[in-house]
Amino acid sequence: MAILKVEHLSKSFGSTKVLKDICFSLEKSEILSIIGSSGSGKTTLLRCLNFLETPNNGIILVNEKEVFNGKTQKTLTESQKKENRLHFGLVFQSFNLFPQYTALENVTLARKLAAKKEKDYKSRKKEILQEIEEEGIQLLKQMGLEHRMHQYPHQLSGGQCQRVAIARALALKPDILCFDEPTSALDPELTGEVLKVIKELAEQKMTMVIVTHEMAFAKDVSDKVIFMDNGVVLEYGSPEEVFDNPKEERTKQFLGRFINE
Amino acid sequence: METFLQQLPTVLHALNIGFLQTLKLFIATLVGAIPLGLLICFGSTSKYKIISGFFNIIIWIVRGTPLMIQLLIIYYFPGLVLHNPVWGGSETGRFMASALAFIVNYACYFSEIFRGGIQGISVGQDEAGLVLGMSKVEIFVHVKLLQMIKRILPPMSNEILTLVKDTSLARIIALQEVIWAGQSFMKGSQGISGEIWPLFFTAFYYLVCNGILTVVLNRLEKKLEFFR
Ligand SMILES: Nc1ncnc2c1ncn2[C@@H]1O[C@H](COP(=O)(O)OP(=O)(O)OP(=O)(O)O)[C@@H](O)[C@H]1O
Ligand SMILES: [Mg+2]
Repeated sequence: MAILKVEHLSKSFGSTKVLKDICFSLEKSEILSIIGSSGSGKTTLLRCLNFLETPNNGIILVNEKEVFNGKTQKTLTESQKKENRLHFGLVFQSFNLFPQYTALENVTLARKLAAKKEKDYKSRKKEILQEIEEEGIQLLKQMGLEHRMHQYPHQLSGGQCQRVAIARALALKPDILCFDEPTSALDPELTGEVLKVIKELAEQKMTMVIVTHEMAFAKDVSDKVIFMDNGVVLEYGSPEEVFDNPKEERTKQFLGRFINE
Repeated sequence: METFLQQLPTVLHALNIGFLQTLKLFIATLVGAIPLGLLICFGSTSKYKIISGFFNIIIWIVRGTPLMIQLLIIYYFPGLVLHNPVWGGSETGRFMASALAFIVNYACYFSEIFRGGIQGISVGQDEAGLVLGMSKVEIFVHVKLLQMIKRILPPMSNEILTLVKDTSLARIIALQEVIWAGQSFMKGSQGISGEIWPLFFTAFYYLVCNGILTVVLNRLEKKLEFFR
């Protein structure tokens, strides 16, 4: 059973079609890498999955339940939309941490706000907050940040910030975690620590969709690879298929640039 | 010198009472203009053209005319033109009219500062909040508000110090604030007349008040230096 199924997804900004008839599916614990040149629509696709953009058409299914349907999306209530969105987590290229909160507070804020709406919040407030706090600490430890928990984002390196952002996304226990070029804003010597964390998540069977320009990493870690070009899924298959035996001339051209580097 | 010392207690007493009125107007303006300014800020940035147009016209009118004229219009227009003197002739009425004029005027200036403060925050903050399942209100209150306060504090400090001095404009409708009190000793009041020094002396009140405010506002800015 596919954990994520995307069918005929399309998105336009005004008259420019940015995503055209995107289809793919993902099994639980699988990792999908999306590669492609700048402007091909990779970010837009992730933003559609995370409801930051509304697709014009198509269907998104999570665990075979429809979370988006271009035909019926207007009938959804705000709380349904929110529930659907929480199937996904998103790690941004530029981290987008909240600057006035410490690493730990960044990780726990959303959960604490959500907990306030629980029925038993008043009676169990202390326990609930304690529990969220402990889970946050656990996640930061997992990211190797136990000594940075009480520091503010501006006191952390880019790689540390990105790991806090990953912990923050994990805190909400998403079914599918999406990364938009998680290492592109980092100095080369810091990319390794973030890729290592993602690899560890892979070992723990986290389902992930990763937009990346790190070809070696994508080839190593993914179960499936999509090559996007000009809003279209041009190539879709196992890393061996896409990287070693690409069908399309355009893919060869694109990959060639990376081999030459 | 002897007469000065004799006059001093009487003058100080009168100036204190006047300055109390100054302070009242200052505080009323801040308390009213900050929330109203936020409202105007949201209105003027609304995605609905009618709403944003309406608020932008108000901002244009209020910022394009002198506060003194606004005071005169708000105070005299109902009585002299509409023959409905809503403010009455008492000090309370003059205070209410002054407060209204100051609140509306300052709210418009504040709204522009707020607008700059909100627009300066990257959309990434909203998006990060949304992806984490936070509502727009939660994002504003828990994520953007403090960042906005940090950004607007320097321009707001300027406006606040200006406001302290601007309250003296209310003298145009005879609000009995500190300058009015100082001036009364020129015309003659409580056995003192033809003295100009009490008027000059009012400057100290403004200086001390703004000195205290400067210290407080600087402290606040320092407090917010814990993040960037
Ligand atoms: N909000 C928007 N309004 C209009 N056009 C947009 C918007 N967002 C993206 N686009 C356009 O959509 C196309 C795809 O953009 P997208 O950011 O998805 O590409 P990308 O594959 O992520 O590129 P990169 O590798 O540079 O991040 C681009 O041509 C871009 O100009
Ligand atoms: Mg992108």
